Amino acid sequence: MTELLQNLIDGLGRGSIYALLALGVAVIFGVMHLLNFAHGELITVSGYVAFWTISEGWSWYLVTPVIIGTAIVTSLVIERVAFSRVRGSSDFTLLLTSFGVHFVVSAIFLLYVSASVKTFSEPGWVANTFPVGSLNIEVYDAVVIGVTLVTLLATSWLIQRTMFGLALRAAAADFDTARLMGVRSDTVIRGAFALSGLLAGIAGVFWLMRSGHTTPTVGITPMLKGVLAALIGGLGSLRGAVLGGIVLGLAEVLLRSRLPDSVASLTEGFVFLMIALLFIFRPQGLIRVAHAERV
Amino acid sequence: MLEVSRLTTRYGAISALRDADLRVGSGEVVGLIGPNGAGKTTLLGSIAGLLSPAAGSVTFEEAEITGHSPEKLLRLGVALVPEHRRIFGDLTVEENLKIGGITQSREERAELLDEMGERFPVLREKRTVAAGYLSGGESQQLAIARALMSKPRLLMMDEPSLGLAPVLVDVVFELIETLRNQGRTLLVVEQNATRMLEVADRAYVLRSGEIVAEGTGAELRERPDLFDTFVGGNGQ
Repeated sequence: MTELLQNLIDGLGRGSIYALLALGVAVIFGVMHLLNFAHGELITVSGYVAFWTISEGWSWYLVTPVIIGTAIVTSLVIERVAFSRVRGSSDFTLLLTSFGVHFVVSAIFLLYVSASVKTFSEPGWVANTFPVGSLNIEVYDAVVIGVTLVTLLATSWLIQRTMFGLALRAAAADFDTARLMGVRSDTVIRGAFALSGLLAGIAGVFWLMRSGHTTPTVGITPMLKGVLAALIGGLGSLRGAVLGGIVLGLAEVLLRSRLPDSVASLTEGFVFLMIALLFIFRPQGLIRVAHAERV
Repeated sequence: MLEVSRLTTRYGAISALRDADLRVGSGEVVGLIGPNGAGKTTLLGSIAGLLSPAAGSVTFEEAEITGHSPEKLLRLGVALVPEHRRIFGDLTVEENLKIGGITQSREERAELLDEMGERFPVLREKRTVAAGYLSGGESQQLAIARALMSKPRLLMMDEPSLGLAPVLVDVVFELIETLRNQGRTLLVVEQNATRMLEVADRAYVLRSGEIVAEGTGAELRERPDLFDTFVGGNGQ
């Protein structure tokens, strides 16, 4: 029982980060039908910024807002340089463009920075734990879960209660009609990229805090988790993305602790197997999204 | 107010609209009639910025607006109630209206919401309902109210009576009359030519992508040759 509870908390912590990443992927997919395989580049760029600033002796309290800002700006720059040029193209063109962005960003760091792993120190409290009854809770997990909860509530408020959120939902349902009503496509798309960057920035802080290193391809794993979680949840559904992230995090942690030692290293493989099974029985993901036809 | 000159719009190699000339004066109600596939929706889409014309020009209040984006045109005062209404089904009735008023200030939007609630009581009654649950007649009212939320100077409607029961068709044409009596400028595409000619000051007849006739309702009704071809088949 104790072990299960411990796993659930670990899984929630991990799933929270996935949820933030997946939500960013889902927001972009909702407004422009782009499955963004370049989402992880926001963390790659943030990783180098973390490395440079921490090497200069900055504390994590200072680095955190810098990372979040970096992710937002990077997201907007990628939109301006790459995605704004293929707006309205076929889904396939958008998908290929996102792959292109991924390779270009990795190549830039590979060529102009270094191919080697750059490490930086993690904040001292990351490995600390505090006891709750018979459980040992990591401070890190508690912070991640708490911050994610606040972030999700704030995002939900933004999307449900503000005119920007309303425009975002209208554009996701029917972009042309939203424009006929006066919704500016630039505002909505840039807003979606900024929001996606903000969410990735927060996830990135947690990701980098724990890993303590960066490489030109450091963004691939978080990108895969985010895209997978968004797919599991039902692509385009924001609630689904959050749910998908939590489910993915819990599945990983529970599998790793339950699988016999001899196959524990294959956890990822088992997770993919489960995802494949999910899509056989529920191809639309956990939450179905009714998409208006897009011209 | 609106001046369309030699407008041509193509889908690939096919010209859906050829050399169309059309004029709408301030306060006029102008009908655009013609059979299925005549290019009526293409013409409205080309004016509203949904389609890019291959040639020709559109002028609104002396300003050239050819090829402007829909969001820019809306801010100039050109609104379109699109074909099939295109209501945001997952959004509530009130949210649909708010989107229509996105260009207005917060206070202005609140006033317009009240105004629409008075004019369309059913929308006020169902304001928290997801718009996807409205009946055909209700959603047509919502589509028109949503467009009115932007305080348009030119309101274009694409087939407002399409798919509605006869009683509701009456409601739509009454609404067009009301809007006309308020002095609004309307450009309305209708397959129901007979009814349209009754409420329109003037009308244009489109056939196979070309404007083949223009005149007042009375003048056009005198020429059965023009719309015999489609009134029987597609009108109601």
